[in-house]
Amino acid sequence: MSDPRQPLAAVEQLVKRFPLTRGVVFRRRLGEVPAVDGVTLEVLEGESLGIVGETGSGKSTLARILLNLLEPTSGVVRWRGEDVTHARGAQLAELRRTRQLVFQDPAGSLNPRKTVGAAIADPFAIQGLLPERAARARRVAELLEQVGLDAALANRYPHELSGGMRQRVGIARAIALRPELLVADEPVSALDVSIQAQILTLLRELRRELGLTLVLIAHDLAVVRHMCERIAVMHDGKLIEVGPVEELFRAPREPYTRELLAAVPRIPGPVFRGPPAPPGPPAQSSSSST
Amino acid sequence: MNPSPPPAPRPPILRVEDLRVAFDTRDGVVQAVDGVSWSVAPGRTLGIVGESGSGKTVAATTAMGLVHGARVRTSGRVLLEGEDLLAASPERLRRLRGAAIAMVFQDPLSALHPLMRVGTQIAEALRAHRAGMSAAAARERAVELLEQVAIPNARQRVDAYPHELSGGMRQRAMIAMALANEPRVLIADEPTTALDVTVQRQILALLRRLRDELGMAMVLITHDLGVVAETADEVAVMYAGRIVEQAPAAELFAAPQHPYTWGLLRSMPRLDAPAGAALVPIPGRPPSLVHPPSGCRFHPRCPYVRDRHRSVDPALEPLAGAPQHRVACLLSETERAAIWARIAAGEPVAGATEDRPV
Repeated sequence: MSDPRQPLAAVEQLVKRFPLTRGVVFRRRLGEVPAVDGVTLEVLEGESLGIVGETGSGKSTLARILLNLLEPTSGVVRWRGEDVTHARGAQLAELRRTRQLVFQDPAGSLNPRKTVGAAIADPFAIQGLLPERAARARRVAELLEQVGLDAALANRYPHELSGGMRQRVGIARAIALRPELLVADEPVSALDVSIQAQILTLLRELRRELGLTLVLIAHDLAVVRHMCERIAVMHDGKLIEVGPVEELFRAPREPYTRELLAAVPRIPGPVFRGPPAPPGPPAQSSSSST
Repeated sequence: MNPSPPPAPRPPILRVEDLRVAFDTRDGVVQAVDGVSWSVAPGRTLGIVGESGSGKTVAATTAMGLVHGARVRTSGRVLLEGEDLLAASPERLRRLRGAAIAMVFQDPLSALHPLMRVGTQIAEALRAHRAGMSAAAARERAVELLEQVAIPNARQRVDAYPHELSGGMRQRAMIAMALANEPRVLIADEPTTALDVTVQRQILALLRRLRDELGMAMVLITHDLGVVAETADEVAVMYAGRIVEQAPAAELFAAPQHPYTWGLLRSMPRLDAPAGAALVPIPGRPPSLVHPPSGCRFHPRCPYVRDRHRSVDPALEPLAGAPQHRVACLLSETERAAIWARIAAGEPVAGATEDRPV
């Protein structure tokens, strides 16, 4: 399948090994564990790509290298075609702005002693944007509303919010600088079912509104199928299969992918025919219903 | 799902009757469990489904006698083969726990002692209930138990520390420990939530096999409807401290009755949904248990709420044609059937608030 879209981010022959050590005072190096083992993958502009795999498959390590949060042992990281593997200084700062991460645990990624408003305004302070207090407060209020929260929550602290609300704050913070790429690492796995659906729906809406490219890392195949156009399956640090979601779910080529699909518990009873989802960003073509 | 044989032939072994559990907190009294009744028979599995704060875990841990203290108030009865556990002495409870009724937790790492070998812990559980058992016999039995839960190389693994085992193996070890004294009731609280799907599948299969082989009654507490569908014979759906719907599993999935159950089903992405189908989240979030909503507790989030529902508190009542299927909802059976038919067909429901794909 040829896709006219350009790769936004890419990794080539990526390898990341972590040292395996034993002992505390006299650390002995026992060897190395390959977390990511020769992965080549493109993220196309405007698409939603799901990366699935089980614990230890290397999916989170891959995402962190893609965002220059970890340096690879070998291999190349590209952004719009340019080699940014060893980006530093101003280039790295700009990359940090355009590519943002949403964490699994919103409680652990927010400073408990900072108000929600201050947490969301942080990115502006770091990038030296919106120096005026009033302008910054207006933008924070706008962001809170964009993620479905009351603007008055800006004065609250993270512990006063529920898990779902905290994840919305995490998302507000991630989109504050109008990034081009959003990487969400298990964004709903710590949330209750009814709240999961709210957050997934919010991410879909934001993708559409902001034209974001989304990389979704998840162990839940049904979540990935719901959110993504393409899916990459990782196992033991290797990329074992990648393809359009429906194709891969209908006819998985690799035995491991088949095993993974077979293990998902099925819910009996009627399969709802609808309602259809609102149209996704560029590539999705389902009809509107709202 | 298990094909459910015709009405349970055996009387329940564990029966919870009108259980209420309240905690005194700084913010007021939290009514965590508010009049819950369920029962489970040998060889059968009851699935208890609910979200955080629904009371599903508190109800079960209270049944185990694990919830007590000056700030806890409980009432009702928990009958294990006719004996009321809520009235039992701490000494009596200690004898029953682990022997007659055992529990498996979500996180084996915090339930297993980190500095004790797995085999030693299992042996300790054995000898706690069998005064005459020798250390050698207990160790031999520990190996057998590890084999029973399909841990490979059990004879070597018996000397492993918990951190030396993978998550799935640790969960198996904890199940082995729970089974050490052949309990008649096993309570499993989110036993697979922390595990990968392929491991989850193995653990669920293991629990089903052990339940059948040993004729145990099993109570499976989970937030995951898929896990319930594959394991439970009967399902109770809990919301804000109460059971809002209870039915044989096949029946619950074929014809769910409560708007909250519908909401859960529509919130879950599923592999068999048509491509591009939207999720319909339940609006809002679970209520405060200090000041629960008036009337039906689900009314602030219910798309089909009528004025009357804000003041009248529905009781859990059997359906006209299906006495085993009970629901606490003020809509009439005909109304519910009509709404469910439209939902299942993906059509909008007239008069529903906030019931739209967002």
